[in-house]
Amino acid sequence: MRFDPVIADIRFGCGRSPMIAAPAGVDAMLDGLRAPDAMAQRFPIEDFETFMGRMRTKDALSKILRQQRGTPAAEEARAQNRELNKIARKDHWRWMASHIARRIHSETPLRERLAFFWADHFTATGKGGVIRRGTSPYMQSALRPHLASRFSDLLFEAVTHPLMVHYLDQERSVGPGSARALKKPNKRFGINENLAREVLELHTMGADGPYTQDDVRQLAELLTGLTANAKKGRVFKKALAEPGAETVLGRSYGGAKPGLRDIRQVLDDLARHPATARHMAWKLAVHFVSDTPSVELIATIERAWLDSDGDLMAVYGALLRHPDAWVPARGNVKQPFDFITSACRALAVPSEPLIALREGPFRIRFADPLGLMGHIWQQPDGPDGLPEEDSAWITPQGIAARLQWAVSVPQLITPALPDPRNFVETALGPDAPEAVRFAASAAESRADGVGLVLASPAFQRM
Amino acid sequence: MDRRGFLTQSLAMGCSLAASPLVTPVAFASAPGEARLVVLILRGAMDGLGAVMPYGDPGYAALRGALPEGAVDLGGFYALHPGLAPLEPLWRAGQLGFVHAVSTPYRDKRSHFDGQDWLEAGISDMSGGLGRDGWLNRMLPLLGGARADTAYAIGNDAMAVLHGPAPVARWSPDTDLTLSPQALRLAQLVMQDDPAMARALATAFDLADSDGDPVAFTGSQAEMMSMMRADAKAARGSGAETRMAEFAAARLREDARIASFSINGWDTHANQARGLTRSLDALSQTILTLKGGLGDAWDQTAVVAVTEFGRTVRLNGTKGTDHGTGGAMILAGGAVRGGQVVSQWPGLAEADLYERRDLMPTRDLRAHLGWIMRGLFGLDGSDIAATVFPGLDLGADPKLLL
Repeated sequence: MRFDPVIADIRFGCGRSPMIAAPAGVDAMLDGLRAPDAMAQRFPIEDFETFMGRMRTKDALSKILRQQRGTPAAEEARAQNRELNKIARKDHWRWMASHIARRIHSETPLRERLAFFWADHFTATGKGGVIRRGTSPYMQSALRPHLASRFSDLLFEAVTHPLMVHYLDQERSVGPGSARALKKPNKRFGINENLAREVLELHTMGADGPYTQDDVRQLAELLTGLTANAKKGRVFKKALAEPGAETVLGRSYGGAKPGLRDIRQVLDDLARHPATARHMAWKLAVHFVSDTPSVELIATIERAWLDSDGDLMAVYGALLRHPDAWVPARGNVKQPFDFITSACRALAVPSEPLIALREGPFRIRFADPLGLMGHIWQQPDGPDGLPEEDSAWITPQGIAARLQWAVSVPQLITPALPDPRNFVETALGPDAPEAVRFAASAAESRADGVGLVLASPAFQRM
Repeated sequence: MDRRGFLTQSLAMGCSLAASPLVTPVAFASAPGEARLVVLILRGAMDGLGAVMPYGDPGYAALRGALPEGAVDLGGFYALHPGLAPLEPLWRAGQLGFVHAVSTPYRDKRSHFDGQDWLEAGISDMSGGLGRDGWLNRMLPLLGGARADTAYAIGNDAMAVLHGPAPVARWSPDTDLTLSPQALRLAQLVMQDDPAMARALATAFDLADSDGDPVAFTGSQAEMMSMMRADAKAARGSGAETRMAEFAAARLREDARIASFSINGWDTHANQARGLTRSLDALSQTILTLKGGLGDAWDQTAVVAVTEFGRTVRLNGTKGTDHGTGGAMILAGGAVRGGQVVSQWPGLAEADLYERRDLMPTRDLRAHLGWIMRGLFGLDGSDIAATVFPGLDLGADPKLLL
C-alpha cells in the first residue's frame, strides 16, 4: 500500500478541505514540518514568556493579600486578581479558537496533529489561579518549535518546563540532605517523586520499562534543585539539591556541582534508551494508525529511532513510509478535537468570526460539546492524557454528543451550509459509502444532511 | 434503496427503535435477583490512613499528628475523617463499614495507571499479557439472566472494571440527544455497517429517551439550541458524582443490578488536609445520594469503594503523602454488615511497614470483593476463583454482609 492523498489528509492531517489541496507525497508532508510556521503567525497564541507576566502579577497580588489582610488594599488586590483570572479565561478560549483556525487553514496539517500528539504525551496544566490557563502558551513555546527536532530536545523542554514542574509537584521537591533542608530542619522538607515517576513511566520508557522503584527514587533525587518561578521561569536552585551522585538505570550522575547539566544528561540517556524507542514507536503507531499496530510497523519506527538517535524527522519518515500507514480501511476513531476540527475544515468555517466569538457562544459551540464527547479541554484526568483506545470514545454518550453536535452546530458557524450531496465528497473523498450518500440525499434539511455525513463512521474514523 | 423506499420502511417501523440492545429480549425469563452492587473506583489513590485513622496505634500520632477537628470515633481504635462525618448515622445504623490494610497484588512501582489497571482487571499477574477484561464484566455471565442493561458504566471514564465481552450499558447523565425523527432513522442507517458505533448509538437513543426528554424532537432550531445549552451548563457544574449517583440509583431501582463509576481527586501529594476533605465529602454525598435514590432497594444494596493503592504512612515535605501500598475499602448499604472495621491490623512501627514506608497489606482486597459477590448474588466460590479473580484464594469469610 502506498501514499494516498485522501488518506494523507484524513489520517495524518486535519481532514479534507474544499480550499486546500492534499499533500503530493510523503516528502511534501515532511517538508511541511521544516517550513516556516505560517499558522502560528496567522493565528497567534501567547508565548509562555509573556504568559509569565500574568503569573508575576498574580504573585504580587497574593503578596498584598497575605501581608495586608483586612485592609482596603487587600480588597483591591482581590478584585484585581479576579479580573486577571477573567481576562486569562477569555484568552484561554480565544487560544482554543486559534488552535481550531490553524487546523482549518493549515497547508502543513501534520504539524497541527503532531503539536497535539506531543502536548498529550507531555500533558501539563496549571493547578490553581491564573496558571490554569498556561497550557496553550506551554504548547506554543515549549513544544511547537521542537516538533521536528530530536526527541531529547523536546523531552528536556517539556520535563523542565515551569508548567510541568508545577503540574507534577517538582517545585515542592527538596533534597532531605540539601542546604535548605539542613538549615530549617523543623520544616520537614522532602522529596516528591511525582515528576521522576512520570518521566520514566509516561514520557520515556513506559510503564513496562526496565526500571525499578529505586530508579524512580534516584531520579527524583537527581531532579532536586529543578524548580520554577514566575520571574525567571525554569531555574535550578542549588540549595534545594540533594548532594552526592545518583544512579539511574545503572549509570551514575552528578556528584560534583549540582546543576541542570546532570538533568540534561539523564534525560538524553533516557531519550535514546531502547525501551524508550520501543515505547514511543508503539505510541506513535497507535495514535496515527491503529489500536493494534503490526509488529513490523512498530519495529520499523523503533529502528529509525535507534539509528537516528531519536531524530523525530527520521522517526516520522519511518512511520509515513511504512505500507501500514496507507491501509485503505479507516481505522482509529478520531479523538473529539480531531472530530470537531476536521468538521470545521471540511465546512471551511470562516476563521475571523470564529476568533471573534464571545466566550459564551464559543463554549456552547465548541468547548462544552467537546467535554460531552469525553475531552475536557486542557483539564486532563491525569498526566497520561487522553485515551488512545477507540473503545474509550465509542460510548453511547460520546457518539450521542458527536451526532448532536454534527446536526446542530455547523449551521451556527458557517454562513451557508453546503449541499449535503456535494458535501459527502468534500468530507469523505470519492470513495464515500453508499449509505452516507443516501442519507445525505434523504435528509429533510441541509443541517441534518451535513450532520449525518459528519456523524457517519466514514467521517468519524481516520 | 431509494428515498421513497426508505421512508416507507421507516413508516412501517413506526417511532419505535429497532435492534436496540435494551429492548432485545435476551433473557427476560430470569432476572438476576434483587441484590444490587455499586462499585466506586476512587482514582488517584485514597489515603486510607487519613480516611479511617488508626489513632489507637501507638505509632499513629508521630506519623500523622493529632486527629483533625470533627473526627468521629469508631470505638476506640479507629476514627473517621471529618469528611466522612455525614455518614456517621449510617455507621450507627450498621450500614457503613470499612476494611483496612488491604491492596491488590500490585506492588512497588506505585503508578496510578498500572495500579488502576490491576484494580480493574482483578488479576494476579499482568506480565503474562492476560486479556484486559474487568472483573465486574467477568462476573456478569455468572449471574444468570444478565442482560445488556443489568450493569451500567456511568460517566465519561472508560471504567475498565466493566470492560469485556459481556454486554454492559454506558451512559453519562450529562449527555442528551435531540433529533428530528427522520434524522434519527438515517443516523441508524449510516452507522449500521460499523457494529461498535451502531451499538453505542442504539443505547444512546434508549438512554436519552428515558431520561426525561425524548430524542425525537419536532421543535425549532432555537429550542434545540437552548436545550443543548442547558445540558452543557449542567455538565460544567460541580457535583458530577451526585448526578452519577442519582442516575445509578434510578437505574438500579429498575432492572439494573450493578453500577460503577469513578470519583477522582485522591492524589493528595500536597496540602492533603484540604484535598482529602473535599474528596471524602464528595464520597459522602455520593453514598447519601445513592441511599436516597434507591429507596427501599437500599436494603438489598452493597456499595463498595476501592482505590488503586494506599499512600505513604509519613507525610512528605509538602504536607501531603506519596504513592504507597496498603489502603482501605469503604462499604455501605443495607446489605452490608456495618459498624465494623475489618482488618488484620499490621501496625505502624517502622519494622511493620511495607518497605519501611507504606502500610503493609495483610489481605488481598479481591478476597473481600469475592466474598461480597458471593454473598450478594449467591455465586459459587470456585467460580469466583476460576473466572472473576483467576487464581485467587478466597480464604476465610470476612463476614462483610448481613
